[in-house]
Amino acid sequence: MTGTGDKVMSMAEAIGRFVTDGCTLVIEGFTHLICFAAAHEIIRQGRRDLTLCRLTPDLVYDQMIAAGCARKVVFSWAGNPGAGPLYAFRRAVERGIPHPLEIEEYSHYGMVARFAAGAARLPFYPLRDYQGSDLARVNPRIRDVTCPFTGERLAAVPPLNPDVAIIHVQRADRLGNAHVWGLLGVQKEAAFASDKVIIVAEEIVDEAAIRADPNRTLIPGLIVDAVVLEPFGCHPSYAQGYYDRDNGFYVQWRDISTDTASLDTWLQEWVHGVASRAEYAEKLGDRLQALRAREHLSPPVNYGY
Amino acid sequence: MDYTANELMVCEAARQLRDGEVVFVGIGLPNLACNLARRRHAPNLVLIYESGAVGAVPERLPISIGDPALVTGCSSVCSMYDVFAHYLQGGLIDVGFLGGAQIDRHGNINTTVIGDYASPSVRLPGSGGACEIAILARKVVVIAPQSKRSFPARVDFVTSPGHVEGPGGRARLGMPGQGPVSVITNLACFGFRDGEMTLTSLHPGSSVEQVRANMGWEVAVVTDLAETAPPTPDELRLIRDELDPEHLYI
Repeated sequence: MTGTGDKVMSMAEAIGRFVTDGCTLVIEGFTHLICFAAAHEIIRQGRRDLTLCRLTPDLVYDQMIAAGCARKVVFSWAGNPGAGPLYAFRRAVERGIPHPLEIEEYSHYGMVARFAAGAARLPFYPLRDYQGSDLARVNPRIRDVTCPFTGERLAAVPPLNPDVAIIHVQRADRLGNAHVWGLLGVQKEAAFASDKVIIVAEEIVDEAAIRADPNRTLIPGLIVDAVVLEPFGCHPSYAQGYYDRDNGFYVQWRDISTDTASLDTWLQEWVHGVASRAEYAEKLGDRLQALRAREHLSPPVNYGY
Repeated sequence: MDYTANELMVCEAARQLRDGEVVFVGIGLPNLACNLARRRHAPNLVLIYESGAVGAVPERLPISIGDPALVTGCSSVCSMYDVFAHYLQGGLIDVGFLGGAQIDRHGNINTTVIGDYASPSVRLPGSGGACEIAILARKVVVIAPQSKRSFPARVDFVTSPGHVEGPGGRARLGMPGQGPVSVITNLACFGFRDGEMTLTSLHPGSSVEQVRANMGWEVAVVTDLAETAPPTPDELRLIRDELDPEHLYI
């Protein structure tokens, strides 16, 4: 639908309309701006057989894997950043719990290149990578290509074109023009590579606020299908200038996720037990308030001519 | 003065950095080493994190590679496409730090699986950016605690290539970077001679026998074997009071 009309809808509606059983999904955000609110709604709506793409599956996919949403993960680093392994991911890969999980594995640059090829609608992306690594041996989609100009052998990866991208941003207008600052990850490439794009925003602002600072627009409304307002939608990830990462929760996840019973209890309480992100945020209460960002303002620039 | 093995590893890694070098920083000990070097002999060290923070000057110890403190006050934030294509593949990175669950005699590193790939006994996190750092950074410094299990003669899986099969291995495969030049463990420091890890200095209190007992092969030893200099009081003060005040890594 990506037209010019108002695209604002609830998270439940956006997930219900665009994320279907069996689809290929990317929820990007490298440590920063990971949309847990969307993942939790997908779990609540009981989606199954998803192919989940992300450089770092992080807790967000660990929770979706544990909840039984995932059939396959396409990734490059599956750990709990700063805190150890991802236990649900490991249980699925090592022992098929709750069911076997197919994996397709690259390095970060390989994943970035796949999204770049996908965004540019190219058949492959060449990169100087993977020589001497076993990654190409176990992943038949990492291949060689010969440069038609120099004869150099390069690695090549195929495009990644998910059905749906979910991108969390600091602020967006009702058309989906989205301002992002802080770490940018691979969100722009992932959004352009995907068939449908859901923008989830900490704030919805007037179109004039976006047009006042167009260099900050990472994702244009042109490619956006839905805009969802979801304050604190990233917790325990963070949004620069809004709230800090809840590093304590990432450490706690180690204990919560080491066995399926405690993980299921957590999912019952914090995902199924709340109707929405607003309820989740209210339930977190003071813990969330303590994470609010201090002010570190950038001076304005002159866009005049 | 008392110090921990991790503190000595951080100091040794810091000393290997030259002022003005551009460093691809990892979280944990490499992060401490780079920030220690920046506060002492290398104020112009440029810290680049794979998350896209360039010229980062973190005011607090980053817990993750994407910590918001890396952004506040850094000189540029770029996309991960820029980090890998323009900075790393573009040849701008002088030093990359790597660690791993296993490292072998040729400096090949495994962060993918213990056991068989299709049915691993332990599934590790995988490459992240390590594979391309190993291939593309001008040189690689490895920081890893050593044991017989973590230093086998041959890794179960090569995630990040070192000197591959030995002399000339990298050149044959057309890798731009020199590969690992240094390995710093809790017991000793190693260099590479003809693509083979070689013991170059023992930490105070370590012996060649102890080092060999914690490796999966009979490691070669340089003739002028040195003793690693212990941390100085100033280095320890910076690490303990300013860089890692909560003692998360030391």
